[in-house]
Amino acid sequence: MKKQRLLIRTVILLLLGAAVAYTLYANFTKDEVQKVEVGKKAPDFVLTDLKGEKHQLSDYEGEGVLLNFWATWCKPCEKEMPFLNNQYQAYKDQGVHVIAVNVGESNVAVSDFSKRYDLQFPIVTDKDSQVMTAYGVDPLPITFLIDKQGNVVEIHTGQIVAEADVTEMMEKIKP
Amino acid sequence: MNQVKCDCGHVNPHGTILCEACGKIIEDGTQITAEPVIDMRYEGSARRSQTYNKSMIDKVWNFFSSVKVGVWLIIVTLIASSLGTILPQEMYIPTIMPVAEYYEDQYGWFGRLYYDLGFHNLYSSWWYLLLIAAIGVSLVICSLDRVVPLYRALKKQRVIRHESFLQRQRIYGITTGSVSDQSYELVKEQLKKKRYNIREDNGNVLAEKGRFSRWGPYVNHVGLIIFLIGSMLRFVPGMYIDEILWVREGETKVIPETDGQYYLKNVDFKLEVYDKETDNEAFGDALDNAGMVAKNYQSDVILYKTKGNTVAGDEPELEEVESSSIRVNQPLKFEKFALYQVNYKLDELFKMSFLLTNKSTGETFGDITINLNDPEKLYELDNDYSVELMSYFPDFEFGEDGNPTTKSRVPNNPAFVFKMYSPEKPEGEVSFVAIQQTIEPLGDNEYKMAFNGIETKDVTGLTVRKDLTLWIIGFGGLIFMIGVVQGAYWNHRRIWIQRKGDEVWVAAHTNKNWFGLKKEIQLVLAGTEIKEPMDQMKENQVDEGEKD
Repeated sequence: MKKQRLLIRTVILLLLGAAVAYTLYANFTKDEVQKVEVGKKAPDFVLTDLKGEKHQLSDYEGEGVLLNFWATWCKPCEKEMPFLNNQYQAYKDQGVHVIAVNVGESNVAVSDFSKRYDLQFPIVTDKDSQVMTAYGVDPLPITFLIDKQGNVVEIHTGQIVAEADVTEMMEKIKP
Repeated sequence: MNQVKCDCGHVNPHGTILCEACGKIIEDGTQITAEPVIDMRYEGSARRSQTYNKSMIDKVWNFFSSVKVGVWLIIVTLIASSLGTILPQEMYIPTIMPVAEYYEDQYGWFGRLYYDLGFHNLYSSWWYLLLIAAIGVSLVICSLDRVVPLYRALKKQRVIRHESFLQRQRIYGITTGSVSDQSYELVKEQLKKKRYNIREDNGNVLAEKGRFSRWGPYVNHVGLIIFLIGSMLRFVPGMYIDEILWVREGETKVIPETDGQYYLKNVDFKLEVYDKETDNEAFGDALDNAGMVAKNYQSDVILYKTKGNTVAGDEPELEEVESSSIRVNQPLKFEKFALYQVNYKLDELFKMSFLLTNKSTGETFGDITINLNDPEKLYELDNDYSVELMSYFPDFEFGEDGNPTTKSRVPNNPAFVFKMYSPEKPEGEVSFVAIQQTIEPLGDNEYKMAFNGIETKDVTGLTVRKDLTLWIIGFGGLIFMIGVVQGAYWNHRRIWIQRKGDEVWVAAHTNKNWFGLKKEIQLVLAGTEIKEPMDQMKENQVDEGEKD
């Protein structure tokens, strides 16, 4: 009788505790829920670059892709661009690509920016925010590292502060 | 120690005050026996929390089982909730500067403190959620701890009650002298007419009705718990979606959270206001006082569904599902989603036109119209005149380094760097043009871009809402109300009529509305020798009833 009561109480308290723990957990991860997860396949997309060429992610299979979302008004994006540019040139012959997705600004603004920093990698524009929605991009910049199988290896939110970090990223997705 | 055997032979759980079967006072606490009327709360049953306090589990259980603790939790939560209303929560402040700075800037040291204490995001802070959760736990345990013993006590009650139980009922009386069998039958009949359930044992009567009213508070608590579960489910991914979607007129946009399945085109946004001329003239004075009064906010939209699988970014093949008008409280519904009209922006700049003008002669050489969301690089004009757009800042400001930059991609304050080519100046002249401002960085120009009008578009702000928890919350609310009604509109009444030798003892109890019970006893005993019992409580004592 007494044992049974203890058992019932323990079970009820555990159930209530689990419900509370789950609620707290869900509440604190709700902002971090990413559409794209590390270890999972990166959503495919196709966008056109400033030269009018189409870039489809699945075409890059077999090679690594560094996918960077940015905007011209975003200061941290601006700061990391030269790092990406330098490392792109260093790694482009080793099978690592950089695709910079602009959040849908005018071609004039984007090409102006691109010229100013002499950006070599393809810059595509996400006019209707479709790709941003698919990747759940909120704060800029955000960088996705995609390996040769098309899986996401790492998601870097915020500015890349040093060029060495980019080198490290490139090494991770080098085929 | 575990169980207590009453004189009547019934075995009660430890902690019982009144025997579950006969009602005899078991606990010999002087406080209880000294009272003229016994406390009938929970039928004097043993509340489990009060009996065991040994293991950690029991201690936790007993803590939450206390109504006192429950009430304090509610008070603390109320105070905490009100604290969150002193300053606006984070989600309602403009995103013009970092949150911490905003609070300090707007509200001084108090704002800073408010932010540091985390009150800017109070309702989803861990401690606030824990408080709510603790109330939920307290609700479950309090209810369980009371409803089980109460149910047992009411289920096990016998017709014949101990003398001490009857004597200490609030309504109690003795009739001496013989009472005829006809009177007994009459009383029973009259009780039945009043819809009492009658149980008899050896010539003694227990008449009872409305017992289910006692479950009201517990039904009510079940409703609350369902309600809480419903709100908890909102945190489960996919159960609850609340997103904002801005669409310009003429624009087609993917609807978020639909996996790129649905697109929405904004055909037209309307803001209609009341008009003195055309609307009821009775409003005339009110409109004079209030100025502009909105009559209707409406977005005429077309909903599209994508055909087949398209890759994000690719031009999707769209199939029209329906065209509809979204008004306030009249959403467009599809699948589990609803699109509500919540916001708008009138006259967002869409196109700007300029005239290439000779500054000295005022002669013009054609005009250019710039789509502010997608400007061209080069605008050709007749006779070897042309204008190149060198730079474009849709939301212009001067950056920290003194160079022009843009704050966003929304054309709130467009600025342009033009290069004007003319036969006289084939290498071009540079001019920086912003609203009400022209800078000629490379010396005086011969030509200028003269402002020549704008075209605007309205933007509609819609909420994309999906809520799979709403019916659970509604259902919880319904159960809650059923519990309230059950407990409020029915009374649990019991009348005991017992023969003790020559005497007839009558006692009665109700959980509320003692006046009604007394009236009923009067009617039931009418026409018999049985005397009406007395109310043992003093007249001036307040009718407190029984709180569960």
